Amino acid sequence: MSVAPARPRRKNPILRTRLPTVPPAARSRVALGLTAAAALGRFELQVCLACGAVQYPPREACHICLSDRLEWRAQDGAGELLADSVVHHSQELFFRERGPWRLGLVKLACGPSVVAHLHGNCPAAPARVRVSSTLDKAGQAVLAAFAEQETPTMTDDRQLREMTCDPRARKILVTDGKTAVGRAVVEQLAAAGAEIIWVGHAEPWKKFPGFDALRAIKQATLMPLDVTDSQSVTELAGEIGGKVDIVVNTAEHHRNFGIEARSGLDVARAEMDVNYFGLLRLAQAFGPALRARGADGQASAVAWVNLLSIFALTNFPPHGTFSASKAAAYSLSQCLRAEMLPAGIRVINLFPGPIDDEWNQLILPPKLAPSALAAALVKAMREGVEDVYPGDIAQDWLARWRDNPKVLERELAAGA
Amino acid sequence: MGSHRSPYDDVALAVPVTVPYVRYSIRGAHWFFAQALAETVRRAGIDKDRVDGLCVSSFSLAPDTAVGLIQHLGLSPRWLDHIPMGGASGIVALRRAARAVQCGDAGIVACIAADTNHPDTFRQNTANFSQFARDAVYPYGAGGPNASFAMLTAHYLRTHAARAEDFGKICVAQRDNALRFPYALFKKKLTLDEYLTARPIAEPLRLFDCVMPCAGAESFLVMRRDIAADLGLPHARLAATIERHNAFPADPIQIRGGWSRDRDDLYAQAGVAPSDIDFLETYDDYPVITLMQIEELGFCGPGEGAEFIRSHDLTVEGSFPLNTSGGQLSVGQAGAAGGSLGLVEALRQLTGAALGAAVPKATTGLVSGFGMINYDRGLCSGAAILTAGAES
Repeated sequence: MSVAPARPRRKNPILRTRLPTVPPAARSRVALGLTAAAALGRFELQVCLACGAVQYPPREACHICLSDRLEWRAQDGAGELLADSVVHHSQELFFRERGPWRLGLVKLACGPSVVAHLHGNCPAAPARVRVSSTLDKAGQAVLAAFAEQETPTMTDDRQLREMTCDPRARKILVTDGKTAVGRAVVEQLAAAGAEIIWVGHAEPWKKFPGFDALRAIKQATLMPLDVTDSQSVTELAGEIGGKVDIVVNTAEHHRNFGIEARSGLDVARAEMDVNYFGLLRLAQAFGPALRARGADGQASAVAWVNLLSIFALTNFPPHGTFSASKAAAYSLSQCLRAEMLPAGIRVINLFPGPIDDEWNQLILPPKLAPSALAAALVKAMREGVEDVYPGDIAQDWLARWRDNPKVLERELAAGA
Repeated sequence: MGSHRSPYDDVALAVPVTVPYVRYSIRGAHWFFAQALAETVRRAGIDKDRVDGLCVSSFSLAPDTAVGLIQHLGLSPRWLDHIPMGGASGIVALRRAARAVQCGDAGIVACIAADTNHPDTFRQNTANFSQFARDAVYPYGAGGPNASFAMLTAHYLRTHAARAEDFGKICVAQRDNALRFPYALFKKKLTLDEYLTARPIAEPLRLFDCVMPCAGAESFLVMRRDIAADLGLPHARLAATIERHNAFPADPIQIRGGWSRDRDDLYAQAGVAPSDIDFLETYDDYPVITLMQIEELGFCGPGEGAEFIRSHDLTVEGSFPLNTSGGQLSVGQAGAAGGSLGLVEALRQLTGAALGAAVPKATTGLVSGFGMINYDRGLCSGAAILTAGAES
């Protein structure tokens, strides 16, 4: 059974910090389909469109009828645990450092038998279990089996915690607490059990709406941070960079212009300075320490969160320059993700649709409440998801974009 | 069910060679092949050019295949094969070579399985063993076949009346055999208590359930009997063989290795019954698979393996001589050579050339192979019945 871990002990600064290792990351191209779905929090397996057979491990052709028409389809993961083992000996450093490790063989009701990480709440075989996919420390999808019924403190399971970035007991920097989203994120991270939350605010001499509410959160500490100022970013990194487990970059500049509606570069430059260069400054200042602390005991560095926008996928012309800055940030986040993978640090991207704030005033509902965005973030951290599309509008855009990005471009040009 | 396959009447197996095993070697796989071939032609009294067929098995020959090897060794064979089937490769090589010499495509085929072993070889091999293993097993920390066999063993224990002591008896008896076999890497007696109290590797597997990877080679020659007679080589005859891959894909977990699908064919071709078998060489990387072979090859009924083990003495002089050289569990697993260890040992037993203890009056031996945990189960199974060549 899962037991909630005690509050991590303070680190002895004299002892060497263990360097991060990750599980084997090599996959065939076809197997990356499992990762692509797990990144969105979906458990999908290939299903043969010709005969319906479910495939696993991932294949290039159906093992029943040889059709190559295999599509990734959502699965419920119901199955029976046939055998389980506690592995005490592995050739791989990641597991040697963390063993013993529990594995199981599960016969899925949909067909195949799968090897899976076995959650502590799974009874011994034979047992009904639920299999799901999650991203592991290497950023690749793995299967994990859980007890059929949810159990208390499930997310504190020792093995599962190596694959998620649950905010519980972690030290977190939220780069801007001034915005509605920033405040909601701080509140919900606190409620999720974060140990310390450093909250950046760019103008420390000024009170802002919600300032007192933030101050009332006992884990929260306000820190001066202006992401457009390299010195400010560097100074804060020097002060707390070696302690931060998770960076949540909520800093955002948002205006409502396309190209025609405003001449000059001032707004576009300000958007780029916060949304793109802000991320770059933060990543250069906080990235190295984060990467070095990827395996720093129970309270290791685990994640980097970017507040992007669904407009990062395709330009939304009424917010044209904002979209472009978010597209730039999205592209940079992919670079950051690649650089963070070897250290086991997960880069989580949030792609919300229009948030219910003053800069989206003229956009028709449904709009995303800041609290809903924050809740989606905490859920993603607990479940090992890296691309989060919270709310109906984001899901609708994502579906249209995945279906055909060119069609979506034309729809948006026509104002749809 | 009768066999409709052509008999192997005119096929001879000769010159069993084992290149002594070592835990680690600084040599490449080619060195072990060269040692095996050199010893083979020396003992056969022939020039190496007389070997006009070569069948190769290895995990550590990369980037070479059999093609690179023949230039390396200065051979010009007119028949060449490469069998990447691990623990089944010995049986499969024998089948291919037997038909080649019968048809005249080759005169003398050397079947050599060899592997080197450096300190990191096992990890590298398991990390890149197959696409399915790399995608769906290795990332779980499974550590090669240990975790897979742990699951099969756990399932077998749960669904059969078997206990750890039954697996232990196999390991202890094979160690007894190995103590008299000069090439065995394990030279210390093993007690049941030591077996049961050994450290866990992947539960329920303990240390002595798992083979130890090492370096070494196994080799034998296949030719027509008249050639063997001309060369004055003691030889064994090939009575029957079977081979099967992915025998039971619908089984949700491996409860059978594959032999039961073709067992009747095997005994029909040989014209013998399990009761005629004087000794059994199983593929024994883990004891559970030996139990499955005993059951599926008809020495007892399904699920009766544990009871069979309890009621027999498995040592060389016992009521059911099993893995007479000590098997891989006590000799070591020299990579793909593990798939020929039993075959070469059987050939020694049947040609009066046992290096350790000889099975008394042995005239018929059964050798089985098993290999390639591609994903969740071993896919390749095979078996051969050999008889002493002196009569008829």
